[in-house]
Formats: sequence, C-alpha cells, structure tokens
Amino acid sequence: MSGTKKETGFSFTIDGVEVTAYAGQTIMEAADEAGVYIPRLCDHEGLRHQGSCRVCTVKAGGRSVSACTQPAAPGQAVENETPHLNKMRRDLVEMLFHEGNHLCPICEASGKCELQAMAYRLDMTEATKFPYLEPCRALDASHPDIALDTNRCISCGRCIRASQDVDGKGIFGYVGRGIHRRVAVNGANLADTDAEVTDHAISKEVCPVGCIIRKRIGFVTPIGEREFDKGLIGHDIEEKRK
Amino acid sequence: MDNGEGNRNGVAAPACGITPVPEGAIQEICEKYGSDKHRMLDILREVQDRYRCIAPTTMDRIASHTGLTRIEVEGVASFYSFLSLAPKGRITIRLCDDIVDRYCGLEDVTKAFEEVLGIQVGQTSGDGAFSLEHTPCIGMCDQAPAAMINDVVLTNLTPESARTAAEALVAGHSPEQLISERFSSLSPYERATRMVDNNVRHAGEVLLGPVPEEAGLSKAASITAAQIISAVEESGLRGCGGAGFTTGRKWRFAAAERSEKSFVICNADEGEPGTFKDRVLLTERPHLLFEGMTIAARAVGANEGILYLRGEYVYLREHLEQVLEERRRRGLLGKEILGTKRFDFDIRIQMGAGAYICGEEGALISSCEGLPGEPKTRPPFPVNRGYLGYPTVVNNVETFCHAARILDKGAKWFHDMGTEGSHGTKLFSVCGDCLNPGIYELPYGHSVWELLEMVGGQDAAAVQVGGPSGTMIARDSFHRKLTFDDLATGGAIIVFNGQRNILEIVDYYMSFFVHESCGYCTPCRVGNVFLQKAIQKFRKGQANPEDIDYLKDLSGTIIETSRCGLGMTSPNPVLSTLQNFPLVYSAMTKPSKDGIRDTFDIQSAIDGARKIAKRRSYIFDKDFTQ
Ligand code: SF4
Ligand code: SF4
Ligand code: SF4
Ligand code: FES
Repeated sequence: MSGTKKETGFSFTIDGVEVTAYAGQTIMEAADEAGVYIPRLCDHEGLRHQGSCRVCTVKAGGRSVSACTQPAAPGQAVENETPHLNKMRRDLVEMLFHEGNHLCPICEASGKCELQAMAYRLDMTEATKFPYLEPCRALDASHPDIALDTNRCISCGRCIRASQDVDGKGIFGYVGRGIHRRVAVNGANLADTDAEVTDHAISKEVCPVGCIIRKRIGFVTPIGEREFDKGLIGHDIEEKRK
Repeated sequence: MDNGEGNRNGVAAPACGITPVPEGAIQEICEKYGSDKHRMLDILREVQDRYRCIAPTTMDRIASHTGLTRIEVEGVASFYSFLSLAPKGRITIRLCDDIVDRYCGLEDVTKAFEEVLGIQVGQTSGDGAFSLEHTPCIGMCDQAPAAMINDVVLTNLTPESARTAAEALVAGHSPEQLISERFSSLSPYERATRMVDNNVRHAGEVLLGPVPEEAGLSKAASITAAQIISAVEESGLRGCGGAGFTTGRKWRFAAAERSEKSFVICNADEGEPGTFKDRVLLTERPHLLFEGMTIAARAVGANEGILYLRGEYVYLREHLEQVLEERRRRGLLGKEILGTKRFDFDIRIQMGAGAYICGEEGALISSCEGLPGEPKTRPPFPVNRGYLGYPTVVNNVETFCHAARILDKGAKWFHDMGTEGSHGTKLFSVCGDCLNPGIYELPYGHSVWELLEMVGGQDAAAVQVGGPSGTMIARDSFHRKLTFDDLATGGAIIVFNGQRNILEIVDYYMSFFVHESCGYCTPCRVGNVFLQKAIQKFRKGQANPEDIDYLKDLSGTIIETSRCGLGMTSPNPVLSTLQNFPLVYSAMTKPSKDGIRDTFDIQSAIDGARKIAKRRSYIFDKDFTQ
C-alpha cells in the first residue's frame, strides 16, 4: 500500500521541514504522519473534521487557514510554530477559558484535559486580559451512569460527531447561535436519550475537557500518572520524528 | 451584552399556546413540503406562523415525519431569530433597532408601543395577543423608524403614528388593515409599495432607467453558453454583494464542473445595516432579476434556481411569486424557454427567517438545505460542490440584474462605464443624516464628497461606507473614491453629522455582530463579545491608554483566525474608527498613575457586598452620610 501511495505523494514544507502528503490529505493529517504537531482542540482522530476551534490556524502560502480542514498542496510553504501563530492560538485558548467556567483544581479532568494541556503548551502563564463571561448552565445528572456539565464545554462538537458518525445515535447537537450556541442533548435531558456509558461519544477520549463525566470513576488516576503529567500535549506525535 | 443562556438545559420552554398543536396539522405541514428534511426551514416557518411557536412536542413530531432527530430540528429552530421555542403573541411587533432608527426617534416610538400594549420590549402579553421586540436592520433605513408587524411593514413611524397603529391593533384590527381597509383587493405590488417607499433618487443607465423586456434573455437563448460567459467576463462585472468576485469567472468554474445537476441561487438576503438596494430591485425590477438568473442557468446548464429572500422581506413574497407565475405562463420559465431546446429552468423562493449570516454564500446554501445558517468549510467552493453537493452559482440580486443588461447591450457598453477595475454602475443606498435618503444608481468612481452633495449630506462628520463591515471615514477622507480599489462597498452609505457619538455607533455595530455571529468558531463567537465589552469600557470612561493596543490586538486575532467573512470583517468598526477618529478614543482614556488605576472604581466594586453585609467600609467609603 505504501508503494502506491508514494507514487501519488507530493511534498510541501512545514516550518522549512519537508513533509510528504497524498492527494486529499489535510495539512494536519500530513503533519501528523510526519511527526509534526499542530495544536488542535476540535479535531480528533477518527472523527470528521469540523474546523471550529481555530487553534490549528497555520499560514499556508501567506494565508491563515485551519490546518485540520485545509488540503495540503504541492510545494506549499506552511508556517506552524511561529511566535505570531502561537500567540493567536493562546488568545483562542484564553477565549475558551473565559467563555465557560473553569476551576482546574477541583475539576475531574485536570491532568487529562486537552484545554488545560494546551494552555501549558502555549505558555498561558500570566493572568489573562479578557473579561469572564461566567455563564450559568445547569448540570444534567439525570442519567444513571453519565453526567453532563456544560459549564466547561468548549463547543468542540467532538461528542456530536462521535455519537452521530461512530455510534450512529445522534445524542448531542448544537442549539442556538452566536455566544448562545450550546451543546444540548436529543431530548429533555440525558436520561431521556438512548445514551449509554459504553458509547464512543462518552468514552474518555472524545470530550477533551471535563464536561462529559462518567459517574463513580472520578479522580481515579493519581496525580503524577495522569495523561499530561508525562509530557506536553502533542509529544506523542512529535516523538515519531525522533 | 447579556450572556443569559438560551432556554436549554436550564429554564424549560413553556408549552406552546393553550391547546397542544394537533398531530394531524403537523403531518399536513410536513407533507406539504414532501416531508423533506431539506425543507425544514419552510416547515418550521409555517408552524411558527400558525401556532406562534415551535414547542418541544412539535419538534418531536416534525423530527419523526422528516426522519431527523429532535435535536437536529431544535438546532434549526433555535438558530433563526424569527423562530421561537417559546410562544409569541398572535401579533408580533418587531421594531427595527438599527442605529439610524435610534437616531430617528426609535426610543419614543418604542415607548408609544409599550404604553398602549402594556408590555415592555422582549415581552409577550398575558393573553398571548402581542409580542414586542427589537430586531436588527430590516432594510428600511431610508424611512426609519420602521417596524414589522407580523408580515406587514410600517415605515416613517412617529410616536403618534405608532400609538395610532397600536391602538388599532388592540381594538382588533389586523396588521393589514393598518395599511389599507381594502388590503385584500390590492395587487401584491400595490401592497408592497403602500407599505414601503422605494425612494429612487437617481436612476442610472443600467438598472433603474428604462429597461426593455427580455432583451437579454432572447439574446442569451440565441447564443451558446460559452458565449454568454465570455460576454459577462469581458464586461468586467463583479459581484455586487460586497466581496466583488468576478462574475464571469464564477460562472465559468461552475460550467466546467461535470455533474448531473447544478443550481443557480440568488442571494436576496441583504442584511448589512444600511443596505436596501436589493429591496428596490426586487420591487421594481423583479423581471430583470429573474431574467438574469435564467441567463445564468443557461450559461452553467442549471435547471433549478432558488431565490433566497430574507425573512424581513416577506412582504415582497407574493409580489415575487406572482411575477414567477407570470413568467411561467409566458414561457420564460419552465420547459424549453423561449422555445429553445434543452433550455429548462424554474425558480422557487426560499424564505429566510432572520439571520444576517445567511447572506454568506455557504451559510445561505446551508439555510436552503434546511440546516442552521452556518457557513461551510472551504474548499470545496460552491461552484464545485454547493447546494446538496452540486455545483452552484450564488450571486447577488444586483449582479443578476446587471448580467441581464450586459447580455442585451453588450460587454463593451458596460465595460466603458465606471473606472478601471470597477466597471458599470452601482446602486448606493444612502441613509442617515442627509436630506434625500434613498437609492442612487451611479457609475463607479464618484467620490464620497460628490455623493454627499447629491444626497444633501454636506454637513456630514462621518460616513460609514459599506455598512458595519466596511469603513467609517472622517471629513479628511471624503475625497476618496467609491470603487473596488479604494472604498469598496456592497452599497450602504450611512451619513452621520457632528452630533453623533462615534463610540455609540461602534458599540451598536459590535452588538450587531455579536447578535449575528453564527457561533461556529471561537474567535468570532467569543472575541466579538470581548471587543464590544472593551468598547463599552471606553464609553464609560474607564479605559487606559493600553486598552487601545488591546483593541487592535484582539481585532487582529479575530480577523486572522475567523472562519468566514463575518469574523474577518466584524472588527472593522473598531479598527476604522481607531484609524480615522483617533481623538475620539484618546479623549476617553485616562492614564493610570502610581500603579493605581484611576479607572477602577472601588466604590462600585464593593457596592454589592456592602449591601449584603449592610455595613460600610471604613477604609473605602468616602461619604458616611449615604
Ligand atoms: S475542563 Fe480542563 S480547563 Fe476546564 S476546569 Fe477542567 S481541567 Fe481545567
Ligand atoms: S461536551 Fe465535550 S466533546 Fe462535547 S462539545 Fe463540549 S467539550 Fe466538546
Ligand atoms: S466567523 Fe463568525 S459567522 Fe463565520 S463561521 Fe465563525 S462564528 Fe460563524
Ligand atoms: S483543530 Fe482545526 S479548527 Fe479546531
């Protein structure tokens, strides 16, 4: 298979490093294969690309585009790890923090949360300058095995796509628009849907933050052994290059 | 800006009306649209019209009739401003809350309605008879303040006329009776022109002067598709909605796609505050518009067309339907148009439901497909894969009208008008502080100053060119030219005199973008809220000099990382006023000295706690007599 792929492959550069891509691949897919990490939150392996968090913004041919949806093009020069791009990514991550309610020290997702990990990676070390929107969203604990606390939701839509496309259920969806756009469930509450704790959408992989909570297993991983205690987010991809 | 969360996962939406909506009625509405999920917007509009809301049980039923999930239906129902999950009054009064309406006395008009109806803006009367709301620009800025009362438009309101209208409604008159006692015997065109003046102040050669019937279409029927495209290309015609993409190239791309089907869509969703040129064309030149769409269809080989009409222009719907019917009768739509073999084309009207973002090409297509009006990921581009995945040409009303004239009079005729890079004429919709607001058809290349002289706006202190997403210029820039290369505009020209508060205008425009962002991507959904809050800080005199850098910095991030044109232009009111009215900002900033912020008001910061504790602070309270 790799034989045929090689024939149709083409190359382009990311921060000067030559990368091979195949027709139909996005910049991010090609980068992942080559061991170049492009920060991301809404994109997730195995799910349709959405292109909404904009954390993966790169410069391709001088234009800013989202790497998770932009097709790779032969000969293109892509900028990824530049101070300018990382600064904007940090702005976006800060926006997501300020849009919801985040109290990392008491959050079940601490240490395995991609938003928190992205903040570390992008050096969000100072007090932020944005105002807090402090929304007030009700907790949905109606389901026997699952709880939903959208105060921490970053609207990545990964649960929506996982439930629709992988589980074939469609338990989650967006409602409203603008700053009122929210993730909601297919019914009056979670217990009213056919959600099961074994759904891919509910698995710990899908929700990047501490929103979709599996009951009775909170805080089981001790500090020091959590996912991002071992390294920065993205290190698994970057290790491929070493 | 309120960040109150919708009525999901919190306050339950109250049940609809008094009696539940009968199952049979919902089935009937769904079947009327073939129970087709792509017609969801039509289905929901009709439910809303009849039952004044889309209740949870109704959504369940619509979902099962159309094969969707309830949450998918809810996603659409909760996206559009004119659809509501909570019951609305049988008569819903929407007062246009554009900045121009505010400057023309909206506040007093609102008060008049509130007093007579006994409810505040945002409320529905206890008996379910009335709802009173504010709504963003409805395209009547030349006759502000204006209002929509169900599907009826009232213009040039005064507190007195508002009071009279409200009293008549309370006395049981229908909204239509406010227009005429013999409303039902008027023709759709008469109805539209009784409600709304067209205010054509200057008719140019191309669109508003005398236009021969179907001359462009007969020409198009007699030549090949390739020849049509070449003519449009050679004319130099560019899209008149704002972006200015070359029309001929767009058609060429669509024509080159191999596909069993393709579509032509007319974007009649002008929602940019201050724009109302398409309203005038839709009223006065509907044949020319449909002629242009039919020519485009022949050029790209499309059989089906859609006119996407913004929800605010529902008062034009019957008029347009009647014109379409007439064209079918005359063989100008339907099978073998003008007797030409394999030239089949027809047009349906898709009503919008109150969402500015649907003017964006991809969002407009999403909306036609029955989805929430969210822009699509590009690539693919609509000319390659658009409506339902087929190649689709989307053009603005004015663009199609131009195309029809170009086919009649030839590419050179059009190319010779205007300036290099901006050929032909353009409709400018002028409103605000000037003597003669209305429509001016002029060749490209006039200066702002020349236009101001024409409209009687010589004492302008600021002009907003191209609506909020365009540029706000000061007197020292009035020599600049209205062309694609200098001051590009979709047509809106809003004049402000020296009495107007620039920061108030910017604040309003930011609130508009916050309201109209689709919410898909982070920078636009969240960043615009921050930007508006920062402007409000300036307005309150609480800004520091560094806040100017903050405005620029945040604007830069929003522009560069947003997914579609809305977010890529929404910081323009801030940036263009920072650039052209720097003194307005610096006058509102105070430096901080000794690390203490002058702008931090400890009194108001501790006020809440002070009230709860019922105690004063011995350190901070200056005045113990309070
Ligand atoms: S979801 Fe992540 S960022 Fe938010 S509080 Fe939890 S750990 Fe912190
Ligand atoms: S609940 Fe989690 S997975 Fe779903 S949109 Fe919110 S953050 Fe993303
Ligand atoms: S820029 Fe704004 S309107 Fe456009 S996709 Fe993003 S959120 Fe939606
Ligand atoms: S990862 Fe690309 S936009 Fe979110």
